[in-house]
Amino acid sequence: MQAWIYKKTSNMRMMQYLVQWLAVLSAKNRILWLKALIWLGAFIPVLRLIYLGFTDGLGANPVEFIERSTGTWALVFLLLSLGITPLRYLTQQAWLIAVRRLLGLWMFAYACLHVTTYLWLDYQFDWADIAKDIVKHPYVLVGAAALLLTLPLAATSNQRAIKALRQRWKSLHKLVYVIGVLVLLHFWWLVKKDVTEPVIYSLVFALLITLRLPVFIKNRKS
Amino acid sequence: MLLDNNRRNPSGILPSEITPQALFEQRRTVLKVAGVAAAGLLLPTQLQAAQTLDFQKTAFGKEEKLTSFEDVTSYNNYYEFGTGKEDPAREAVLFKPTPWTIKIEGAVKQSKTIGIEQLMKLAPLEERIYRMRCVEGWSMVIPWVGLPLKALIDWAQPTGNAKYIEFISYNDPRHMPGARIPVLDWPYIEGLRMDEAMQPLTILAVGLYGKVLPNQNGAPVRLVVPWKYGFKGAKAISTIRFVEQMPHTSWMKASAREYGFYANVNPAVDHPRWTQSSEKRIGAGLFAGRIKTRLFNGYDEVGQLYAGMDLQKNF
Repeated sequence: MQAWIYKKTSNMRMMQYLVQWLAVLSAKNRILWLKALIWLGAFIPVLRLIYLGFTDGLGANPVEFIERSTGTWALVFLLLSLGITPLRYLTQQAWLIAVRRLLGLWMFAYACLHVTTYLWLDYQFDWADIAKDIVKHPYVLVGAAALLLTLPLAATSNQRAIKALRQRWKSLHKLVYVIGVLVLLHFWWLVKKDVTEPVIYSLVFALLITLRLPVFIKNRKS
Repeated sequence: MLLDNNRRNPSGILPSEITPQALFEQRRTVLKVAGVAAAGLLLPTQLQAAQTLDFQKTAFGKEEKLTSFEDVTSYNNYYEFGTGKEDPAREAVLFKPTPWTIKIEGAVKQSKTIGIEQLMKLAPLEERIYRMRCVEGWSMVIPWVGLPLKALIDWAQPTGNAKYIEFISYNDPRHMPGARIPVLDWPYIEGLRMDEAMQPLTILAVGLYGKVLPNQNGAPVRLVVPWKYGFKGAKAISTIRFVEQMPHTSWMKASAREYGFYANVNPAVDHPRWTQSSEKRIGAGLFAGRIKTRLFNGYDEVGQLYAGMDLQKNF
């Protein structure tokens, strides 16, 4: 547990250094650099799973291992994408917005891996059983709802859609807050008794929402 | 004890003279490790001899494919040693299951204790290959070594008031890191109805794969009731109490809606979180899918225990 917190906070410190370093690069270069880093970083968890899969390292319950891992990373990318806005204000680096959509798409990618694992490796596409599982178990139901809501966001995560939708694009993408709540519920309800992890992720989510409030209130007034 | 002495200070010892608890425990650990190492150097053959058990083979589960020893001993639910599946194998390394005595109390002719060595002689040890279905939707096939619980009940001589039997697991926060956290109401309590306890399938396991029970699997002695979900199998049993009222088990206290007293494996009674109609067999591989769960985990002979009972209500 302590090691886990240490790992997470040291990751945050590394991010801080990264932003400082990127700030000295030219505008175009730093966006490219950061995007390249996100791409590289985002492949690590899935490459790790493949490596563990081939070296018999996924433990006694490999399907559960993959479901947990891909689900956790989808949540991490969701929180990272939500972190961009407060980070922009706190660091005064407006250009960071350029990578938000990429982070959101990686969340979608891991959510797809998560659901594919569930449908294929866990349930072998037994649709009758899957339907029963979704309807009967609230945690599966909210998870499925979260995935459905992610689809329109992923589909409109491109320049053409932004131009076509204009103001409506912004309103549509506010769905990410609803998705965040559903995903956290999915996590809370799935855990049997030890809620340490859902508590930590929920606190991060709450913090990211709270950091938005000053700007939100200011915009309301003007 | 330590705190009481400090408050009253009958001995006149200054608090600063008392060895800090952490250091005290560290010394004990060092001694323990040194002791084990010395024993290993001096008596390697005797130590190994203690690891394997003398037992008779039985026909139970002959047709089943065993879950590997590695999976059985590395994927455990044993919250006293942590809530992660890999925690018990790591955290229970220094746990000392010997010497061990079990208190027998409640509705018995006379309260008494029984040592683990004596318990193991109450009946010939048998190998029982049982399916184990966890309430979380996975299952294993485990070659237990143990003796019928009935042997201990006969020895304990319960009175006519004994309607249920309550199992209390060992609880020692100093050596069980999970027991310092109130995830469950410690100590772990489980229970059976007397007729369930006397059923020949119900055993007290003292080993698996022909060897002494590993710590993470509930050493030195645990309950195995193969037609019920795995959590009914209380580990490291320290007290057995015969009672008139249905025991209030740890998981019932945690969530009565999710975990019932009977906890019979039943694909028709769904758990609020997990599907119970199918299960994942541990060790079957990444692409094996699920297998259908059977009523009473396939142990049909226990059905008569519940004749006329509404299993939806008494889950």
